[in-house]
Amino acid sequence: MRWFEQLRMRVLMLFGRRHADKSLDDELSFHLERQIAENLAAGMTPDEARFSALRTFGNPALLREQSRASWSWNGLESLLRDLHYSVRTLRRSPTFSLMAILVIALCIGAATSLFTIVRSVLLKPLPFRDPDHLVMVYEHFRGDWANQDGFNYNVVSPADYYDWRAQTHGFQDIAAWRWWQFNLTGERDELPEVVTAAAGTWNFFPLLGVQPAFGRTFTESEDHPGSNVVMLTWSVFERRFAGDSSIVGRHIHLDGKPFTVVGILPKDFAYPYATVQVWVPYQAMASPDELQHHDWHQSHIIARLLPTVSLGNAVSQVEAVQYRDHLQYLNEPVAEDVAPRAITDDLAKDVKKPLILLMGAVACMLFIGCLNVANLLVARGAARQKEVAIRGALGAQRWTLVREQLTESLLICFAGGAAGVLLSLTATRWLAHAWKDLPSAQGIHVDGVVLGFACALVFAAALLAGLLPAISSTGKAVFAALQASSRTTGGSLSRTALRKTLLTVEIGVTVVLLISAGLLLKSFVRLRSTDLGCATDNVLTMSYSLPKEKYDKPERINAFNESLLARLRALPGVRAVALGSTLPGNSWGGDDVFTIPEHPPITPGAELPDALDRLADPGYFTALGIPLLQGRFFTMQDRDDHANRVIISNQLARQYFPGENPIGKHLLVSARDKAGYEIVGVVGDTLWQVGQPTKATMYFPLFSGNFKNSFGFSLAVRTVSEPLAMAIQVQKQIAEFDPQLPVSDVLTLTQVIGDSIGNTSFSATLVLAFAALSLLLASVGLYGVLSYLMTQRMTEIGIRIALGAQREQVLRLALVDGLRPAFLGLAFGLAASVAAVRLVQSMLYKTEPLDPAVFATVAATLLAVAALACLLPAWRASRLDPMQALRTE
Amino acid sequence: MNVVDNLGMGKPSDLVQGTLDLLILKTLLPEAMHGWAIGKRIQQLSGEVLQVQQGSLYPALHRLEQQGWIKAKWAESETGRQAKFYALTAAGRSQLEKETANWNRLSAAINLVVSEA
Repeated sequence: MRWFEQLRMRVLMLFGRRHADKSLDDELSFHLERQIAENLAAGMTPDEARFSALRTFGNPALLREQSRASWSWNGLESLLRDLHYSVRTLRRSPTFSLMAILVIALCIGAATSLFTIVRSVLLKPLPFRDPDHLVMVYEHFRGDWANQDGFNYNVVSPADYYDWRAQTHGFQDIAAWRWWQFNLTGERDELPEVVTAAAGTWNFFPLLGVQPAFGRTFTESEDHPGSNVVMLTWSVFERRFAGDSSIVGRHIHLDGKPFTVVGILPKDFAYPYATVQVWVPYQAMASPDELQHHDWHQSHIIARLLPTVSLGNAVSQVEAVQYRDHLQYLNEPVAEDVAPRAITDDLAKDVKKPLILLMGAVACMLFIGCLNVANLLVARGAARQKEVAIRGALGAQRWTLVREQLTESLLICFAGGAAGVLLSLTATRWLAHAWKDLPSAQGIHVDGVVLGFACALVFAAALLAGLLPAISSTGKAVFAALQASSRTTGGSLSRTALRKTLLTVEIGVTVVLLISAGLLLKSFVRLRSTDLGCATDNVLTMSYSLPKEKYDKPERINAFNESLLARLRALPGVRAVALGSTLPGNSWGGDDVFTIPEHPPITPGAELPDALDRLADPGYFTALGIPLLQGRFFTMQDRDDHANRVIISNQLARQYFPGENPIGKHLLVSARDKAGYEIVGVVGDTLWQVGQPTKATMYFPLFSGNFKNSFGFSLAVRTVSEPLAMAIQVQKQIAEFDPQLPVSDVLTLTQVIGDSIGNTSFSATLVLAFAALSLLLASVGLYGVLSYLMTQRMTEIGIRIALGAQREQVLRLALVDGLRPAFLGLAFGLAASVAAVRLVQSMLYKTEPLDPAVFATVAATLLAVAALACLLPAWRASRLDPMQALRTE
Repeated sequence: MNVVDNLGMGKPSDLVQGTLDLLILKTLLPEAMHGWAIGKRIQQLSGEVLQVQQGSLYPALHRLEQQGWIKAKWAESETGRQAKFYALTAAGRSQLEKETANWNRLSAAINLVVSEA
C-alpha cells in the first residue's frame, strides 16, 4: 500500500501546494510557541523567552526552504519560479531582450541553414542501396602539367572502362555514365526544347539499387550503338507528360529520332544532378569506333565494392589493367593510374571548400553573438549586484542564483533559437535555390537531425552566454558590494576586466572574418574584371545542336550553318556574327593531344602536347575581336577538301614553338584526322573559363566537314544596341530554317561570365554579410561596455570636472578607455588572420592571402567603427554637469 | 543530518545516514506525535544526549511523509492548539523493523571492532 501513500502525497503536493505551505508555517510556528512556553516555564521573562526560542530556532526561512526541498515536485516548482522571474526581468527591459533574441535568432538561423546544407551535401549518404560500398573511379595522369591545379581526377574513356569491367574481379560490378544533350521535340505541336541527358550502362541502375517508379530499367541487349530506348526522370515525366504512366511503351522524339520509353525513374532520384531529364543506354549515342578508344575521355565510373575485398585491393587490380593499357598506347593520352573518390565528395567537389568556409564564418558569427549576449548579461549583472548580494546574505544558495541567471540566458536563446529555426526554413530554401552548384541528389531540407543540431546549438549558446556572467556575478566577491559605500567612485575592476576580455575576443574574431571576407571580395572583383580575351559588350550568345537523323551529311550541316550566318549578318542591328563550337568563357568544350611532325618525336610515355579543340568560321575572330598576331584568319576557301588548316592561340605558340615561327608547321591530331593540319595563323589567347589559367587552343575550320561526332554549335551575335532585345529575332531566323530545332543558353557574354563567377560572388557576399553583422555586433558591444563604464565612473568624472579637468581631457580619457580593447582585439585578430587566411588561400584568384590593402582597410574600418561606437558615451561623459553627477545617487 | 550531542563538546556529530529516520520511526511506534514532541521524546529517551535540531527534524519528517513511511493529521494538541500529528503507516512499521534489524547488525559489528582490545 506504500505506493498508494506515495501517490496520494504526490497528488496532494501537486494540487494542494498552497495548503501545504500554510500547513508548514503552522507547524513551525507551533514548534516556536512550544519552545517559548517551555522557556517561560523555566522562569524567563516573556521577551527573554521569545528571543531565546528564536535563537534556538535559527533562520525560519532557511528551515522552510529545507523542509520544502524534501517535497515532491520541488524541482519543477523552482524551475517554474525561475522561469517566472526570468520572464519578468526580460520584460522589464524589452529593448535588451529583443536585441539579444534577434542576435541569437540570426546566428542560430544562419548556422542551422548552413548545417542543413552541409549535412545534405557532405554528410548524408546518397539514397542508394548500401551507399558506403559505392565509389567513383577516375583515371589519373602523373604529369606535372595535369596536376598543376591539384590532384587530377580525369574522366574515363569507354575502352578503359570496358577493360576494367572485364579484367578485374575486385568490385562486385562497375558501371559508367556520361553527359549528353538532346533536342526533345513534340509529337504534335509542342515546343521543342533542349534537354540535359545522361547515358548509363545497363548495369548502372541495378548497381545503385534504384527501382524504376514505372516500367523497367535498360537490359544488357539494349545497351548497343543506335539503341532507341529511353528512361524519363520524374521531373520531365510530370512536366511534359503530365505524370501519365501510359507513356511507358510509347515513343518520344530525341534529336528527331523515335525512342521507346521503357521506364520512369522514381521521384527522389536526382543523381548526378536534378537537371538531367532523360537517360539513354550508355552505348546508344556512341559510334562503335568511339567505344574502342582509350583516349576519348568522357565517362564517370561508379563501382560497387565486394564486402570481402578492400578498396585498396580492388583499386590496385584496376590500376594494373590501366597501366597495361597505358603502356600499350604510349602515344595516346591514356592515364598511368586510377584514383578512387567517395561518391559524396565527387558530387560536392565544387562546393566543399566554400561550404566549409561559410560554416566557419557562421561559427565565428555565432560565437560573437553569444559573447555579445554574455556581455550584455554581465552589464545587467553589474546593475543587479546589490540585489544578488542581499539575496545571498539572506541565505540564497549560489547555485540557485546561478540557475536563475542561466534560466534567463536559456530563455533568450530558446526564443532566439525558435525564431532562428523558422528563419532557417526560409533561408535554407533560398540558399539551395540561389546556390547553383549545389548537388541536389540527397534533397536539401530541415529534418530531425537538423532540429536536434539546432537544439544542441541553443543549449551551447545559452551556456556560453549565461554561465560566464552568472558565475562572475554570484562569486564571493559579490558580497563586497554590500560593504562598498553606495557612493562608488569606480566600477568593480574584475567585472570590467571580464567585459573587456570578452570584447577583445569578439573584436579579434570579427577581424578574422572581415579579412577573409575582404580577400574573397577582392578576388571576386579581380575575377569580374578579368579580360576574357575577346569583345564582351553587346554580344548575344546561343547554342543549338543539329540532330544526326536530319543532318546526316556534312554538306547538310554546312548548308544550314552557312545560310544561317548569311541571314543573320544581313539583319539590321547586327554588327557581326561568329559561329563556332565553344565560345570563350563558356566551358572546357573538349581537348585533343597532338604532335608536331617537324619536331623530334616525343619519348614514349612522356606527357603529350595537349590543346583545347575549337571550330571557327572565317568571320569568327573578327566578330569576337580576337586579335590576329601572325599569319591569316580562315577564309571561305578553307573548307571541305582544303580544310587541313589550323589556327593556334598565342599560348600554344609560346608553349610548343618557343623561339620559332609556327606558320607553315603542322599539327598532327590523331583524334581528328590522320593527315596533319597546317598552321596558318596565330591569334590572341582567350579564357575557356573565368578564373582558370589560359590553355593552349587550336581552331579548326568550321566548314571542314569534320565535326568529331559532335554537332553542337555556338553562335555569338555582336549587336549595335542591347543584345537580348535581338534574341527573339535571331531565334525566329533559326526557326524559319528548322522549326523543330530548339536553341539553348540564350545569354549575353557578360551573363555567361557572371554565371561562371556566380558561385564565387555568392560565397564572397555571404561571408561579407556575416562579417558585417559581426562588426555591427562588436560595435554594439563596444558601445555598451563603454556606456556602462562611464555610468559607473560618473561620480569620479564629476569630481574631475569639478576640480578643473578640461572636457577634452575627459573625452580623451573615455576614448582611450574604450579603444583599448579595440586595439588589443585588432592586434589579436590580425595575428590570427595570418594563420586563418591559409584556409581561404586556395579559393583566391590573383589575390595574395596577405594582401596589405585588405589588411589595412580592415584595420582602418574596424578602428573607425570602434571610434564611432565609443564617441557617443565618451562625448556624453565629457558633457557631464559636475553638480548633477555629484548629487545623483 | 545534525543531531547535537548534548553531553559531549556540543559539536554536531554526523550520525550514520538513516539513523535519524530510525529514531523518528521508533519514537512514533507507540502513538502519533507532533514534531515538537518527537524532538523532546528523542532527547528524553537518549538521556538528554541527543538533541535533534529543527533544521534536521522537519526536513526529515517531510521526507518520511513523502516516502509514505508516516502520514500526518492535524489534531488538537495537549495545549488545545491545532498541531500536525505524525503516525506510522503500515509500510512505515515494516520499514522500522527492517531498519532496526539493520541497526542491530551494524552496531553489533561496530561494537566488535571497538571493544577489541
